[in-house]
Amino acid sequence: MNITPDLTIFWQYGFIKVNETMVGTWIVMALLGVLAGWTGQRIARGKPASFWRSGLEVIVVFVREIIEDTTHHKVDAILVFAGSIFLFVATANILSVIPGYTAPTGSLSTTAALALCVFVAVPWFGISQVGIGNYLSNYLHPTWVMLPFNIIGELSRTLALAVRLFGNMMSGTMIGAILLLVIPLVFPVLMQLLGLLTGVIQAYIFAVLAIVYIASGMETQQSTSNPQPQTTPNTQTDNQELKHHL
Amino acid sequence: MSDLALIGMASALASGLCIAIGSIGSAIGEGRALAQALASLAQQPDEGNTITRILFVGMAMVESTAIYCFVVSMILLFANPFWNYLLSQVK
Repeated sequence: MNITPDLTIFWQYGFIKVNETMVGTWIVMALLGVLAGWTGQRIARGKPASFWRSGLEVIVVFVREIIEDTTHHKVDAILVFAGSIFLFVATANILSVIPGYTAPTGSLSTTAALALCVFVAVPWFGISQVGIGNYLSNYLHPTWVMLPFNIIGELSRTLALAVRLFGNMMSGTMIGAILLLVIPLVFPVLMQLLGLLTGVIQAYIFAVLAIVYIASGMETQQSTSNPQPQTTPNTQTDNQELKHHL
Repeated sequence: MSDLALIGMASALASGLCIAIGSIGSAIGEGRALAQALASLAQQPDEGNTITRILFVGMAMVESTAIYCFVVSMILLFANPFWNYLLSQVK
């Protein structure tokens, strides 16, 4: 019983190894690429709306609404980034009902890569939206004393992002395997159903947290809502912000 | 008692304790969060979308503490470094 699909080697040539994680990732990538390309072609040719196109539109609108609720900037690049993460993780987790396929998200390598993408995307979007000075001043936000804690928080939340998805998916497969040894009738199926629910929720959470982190990186000092009432000109905007947040 | 038995026993005990103690706090926290979310949903049903989203995100945060404990206990059971080291020394 392997704790990670990284250890299952499919094909080896010298020092190049193709393990189960890579194969699963390629399957998901191929599926998403073919589906998106085909749907895009149909839209470009002006065909009437199909089942797949409507489904993809629902997902795009869903992610866009989350972004518009969370950030006050309308950035389509975030939609592309977070939507891709959501689609990839959700597809990888849903496909785990197919026998013989283990979700690539059940390996720490995949989740660490995704978390590193978020880690790089936060300063990328932040600097491109509010400039490097404003972005760096976020680290000094309450006072300059908080600088080391902000940096530690940045690192630890990336670690948490990776380990959360890995732990959830790995626990699903491990519990399934253990139950198959103990009660190989009916009960593992129920746990797989629960695993499907967990997988979709985890994909949603990963995308939402990525959006939240990116939004917090795009904040400027003027637009953060202060709990103490101030007699400054921007009190009105603060109140609007507070209403938006509550 | 041999070293092998000692390491095995310690790993099993530690993993059980880890998942047991580690899940208490997060279970209580998630239950409280859910209770509060239900109360606020009953008060303001129109804000259901926002409440649900924030509830899920917050629960994921709380959940991750239990997941860390689970990962540690799984490592102790199935990918134990001390166990592997001892086996490599024995051979």
